[in-house]
Amino acid sequence: MTPEELIEIAEAEREAQSEYAHTFNVCVAAGCLSCQSQSVKDALDQEIKTHGLEHTCRTKGVGCMGLCSEGPLVSTEKGTLYKKVAASDAPELVESVEVGPVSRLVCPTDMPFFQKQKKIVLENSGVIDAERMEDYVAAGGYSGLIQALTEMTPAQVIEQVTRSGLRGRGGAGYPTGLKWSTVAKAQSTRKFAICNADEGDPGAFMDRSVLESDPHRVLEGMLIAAYAVGASEGFIYVRAEYPLAIKRLRTAIRQAERLGLLGGNICGTRFSFHIDLRLGAGAFVCGEETALIASIEGRRGTPRPRPPYPAQAGVFDEPTLINNVETYANVPMIIRNGGDWYARIGTEKSKGTKVFALAGRIQNTGLVEVPMGITLREIVFEIGGGIPDGRNFKAVQTGGPSGGCLPGQFLDMPVDYESLAKAGSIMGSGGMIVIDDSACMVDVAKYFMDFCMTESCGKCIPCRVGTYQVHELLKRITGCESTPQDMSMLQELCDLLKTTSLCGLGQSSPNPVLSTLRYFADEYKAHVEDHNCPAGVCGNGSGGAR
Amino acid sequence: MATIDFARPTAPNQDKRWRIVESTMRRVGHHPRALIETLHTVQEAFGYLDRDALRYVAASLHVPLSRAYGVATFYHYFTLKPAGQHTCVVCTGTACYIKGANQLLGALKSMLKVEPGETTGDGKVSLLAARCLGSCGLAPAVVYDQEVAGKVSAEGLRARVAQWMSHDA
Amino acid sequence: MTVAAGIKTLKIDDRDFSARAQETILDVARQNGIFIPSLCELKGLSEVGACRLCLVEIKGSNRLFPACVTPVEEGMEVTTNSERLQRYRRSILELLFTERNHVCSVCVSNGHCEMQTLAQKLEITHVRFPYRYPKAEVDASHQRFVVDHNRCILCSRCVRVCDEIEGAHTWDLKGRGIHVRVITDLDEPWGSSETCTGCGKCVHVCPTGALFEKGRSVAEMMKRRQFLPYLTLMREDRE
Repeated sequence: MTPEELIEIAEAEREAQSEYAHTFNVCVAAGCLSCQSQSVKDALDQEIKTHGLEHTCRTKGVGCMGLCSEGPLVSTEKGTLYKKVAASDAPELVESVEVGPVSRLVCPTDMPFFQKQKKIVLENSGVIDAERMEDYVAAGGYSGLIQALTEMTPAQVIEQVTRSGLRGRGGAGYPTGLKWSTVAKAQSTRKFAICNADEGDPGAFMDRSVLESDPHRVLEGMLIAAYAVGASEGFIYVRAEYPLAIKRLRTAIRQAERLGLLGGNICGTRFSFHIDLRLGAGAFVCGEETALIASIEGRRGTPRPRPPYPAQAGVFDEPTLINNVETYANVPMIIRNGGDWYARIGTEKSKGTKVFALAGRIQNTGLVEVPMGITLREIVFEIGGGIPDGRNFKAVQTGGPSGGCLPGQFLDMPVDYESLAKAGSIMGSGGMIVIDDSACMVDVAKYFMDFCMTESCGKCIPCRVGTYQVHELLKRITGCESTPQDMSMLQELCDLLKTTSLCGLGQSSPNPVLSTLRYFADEYKAHVEDHNCPAGVCGNGSGGAR
Repeated sequence: MATIDFARPTAPNQDKRWRIVESTMRRVGHHPRALIETLHTVQEAFGYLDRDALRYVAASLHVPLSRAYGVATFYHYFTLKPAGQHTCVVCTGTACYIKGANQLLGALKSMLKVEPGETTGDGKVSLLAARCLGSCGLAPAVVYDQEVAGKVSAEGLRARVAQWMSHDA
Repeated sequence: MTVAAGIKTLKIDDRDFSARAQETILDVARQNGIFIPSLCELKGLSEVGACRLCLVEIKGSNRLFPACVTPVEEGMEVTTNSERLQRYRRSILELLFTERNHVCSVCVSNGHCEMQTLAQKLEITHVRFPYRYPKAEVDASHQRFVVDHNRCILCSRCVRVCDEIEGAHTWDLKGRGIHVRVITDLDEPWGSSETCTGCGKCVHVCPTGALFEKGRSVAEMMKRRQFLPYLTLMREDRE
């Protein structure tokens, strides 16, 4: 593959596409597929054939368009978006191509949900066919890689990534450029680049969506990273629970190999890189780097003390770079447009955009990409469309089981790594769950502690027994059978978990409890002192009992 | 030190599916680190991991028996018991929890008289609770056999499962 | 063994020490008679840093560091016994007591148990957290040894000694979280294990009465560990 050949592919593809006057883009990512979008696509295909329009009109299976709650979604080349499309709507849609949109199905795209987003990672999601590499190439794909390989030294690539200010999107926000340069400096003839796609936070589906909608972007990001740090082998560690993402990744890897963009001597250079998939098997703790490494090596996914850090001794004791899906997905654009371009988006310390999975008690559930620094209020009330059923906002939960619940007073806080941490939560991988006044915050805390208890690997005592004891305490509190001493014990155990646990899972496990204790102390008080659940969730058997 | 020849074990029985397992192991040169991948293949082929399978895989990959068992029980995706004819997975991710996944689970528990992770006595239905299906936009979500369904109500869930229970298959 | 070029000087509890570069804080403390509690660590086996009892403070960091896996560094100032550390250690040990069914008065290791000794040293008089009282098994199927899960603290010393020293890897851990158990082979009775050589190393590295020899009565089980430094030394010499 030479740069010229890549341009040829892109041009041929664009030409082929331009032969069609009309295109129906049907979302075939997991969200819409579970609302039968495949049958919508089939019906449209059938209808096009019936009308003899095969040469001017076509359908295209595309990735996630974001507004999952209104699926199945279909868009047209003119930018019209249709929501809640059924297979039975196909005849009307096909007949409409010449006359104008079917107004009863139209979803307005001038609403804040679409207007307030800024798409870098999701640039191609909902636009290209994830299973056709040519479509990615036609959209400018792999030009970042070619540019890096042919015009830049590894040091220059790292320089651009450092300048961009990109930070790890897996949650902790470690500067990506710094991570890359550490691995680049490690002395070894064999290095690894790993993509962490073990998206484990309940309520987060950003990575799945990216892998289903634009898998080549992740491969390109990994390739650029591998070139920069000197890695020749890579793994994508992806959840076995994401069969569609796995299938599309496998397809993408095969396509890239066939075109010589993966494998030996890529683009005629001395750079070689091979990618293998590894399937996770249902262990949240494997999102932790050292546990992920253990799992890739075929062992129990238990973390080990650091140092040594994976950058020095990771997979098979070799220097290893680990980034998550979204981090890699940012890289091609950074190389194409330059680090300074990226650094102009976002805030001083949190650059670029962040993809959030909006879910819970919110009107518009789905996937959004917003510039860092946007306020929670803009996300929840403008993009998210507010709280349904006439209820009131109570809290927004970010960062999953390692994060916290932020009350209304933080709605005008900018969303960036530092602000979220200061407020007692974390950026996390991007799950954002909106909680309304029908929920009990102690019950929510118990839910997350149950999660951490079940997902604890059991290696260190504080996490293994501590999460169990905290969960028991929360069970007593939500069961309205606790004593005031339980509250001080709860505080003490949370501090113990935070300070003495071996890995990040244990250390951050008390965050949901600590943040609710901080902002919803009155709810705890009502449970403990008045034996009453203000939201009416606990103690009646129907709520949180688990 | 001379290496002692260690005969490669033979598959537990004549079942053709062992060939798929064998080919997974061969692809990685029967390296011990292929344990998890191989267990995935076994579970995909047979639906679960039984002792014979673990013994065979462990011996083939030169993995100690206890380690194979330790790995198989560490990861919740692996199951050591055969699943029922139908499986119903209720997502208990945060979004689904907020939208009432517990009531769904409760409805099934009382209907089927099993706990999550168990199969009904007649072997018809396995009830599972998933951490998060990633279908948070469609919460609460349930997977009927392989098919994901969103915005599930307790009534809809009961009706669907009742259909399975009544079916004489 | 060769003396490495790097000799580091550091302070532990305000006293000056020198150490070899590859030594851990725990090594240096031990050599100089400074007591740091530990349960999972055993010289001669690999370190896992799991029990969290050997956590120490290092000046300049808010974090706590496990002394068993933290290498010494030049100029390091270590505190091993602050009020805060003692509080955490007591809580961790208390948690351990609540996890299984530890009844010293009927235990074969009463008086020779590392966990019991530590509790006394840390002046734990009672446990503030509720006990779990799990149903745990006793496997007496082996001809000479018994494993009593009621007394197991999951330090994984048996797993490591069996794998690293004996080379049999009969033991491992199953499950995760609070449900973790030590197992032999495919979680089968120890007595029918195909891989156990019956060497008894696991029994003697076990810090509690979870693994013991048959025929021992209350307080009679003494653990003998001379084999561990001996085997390590013999192997090093051969290399």
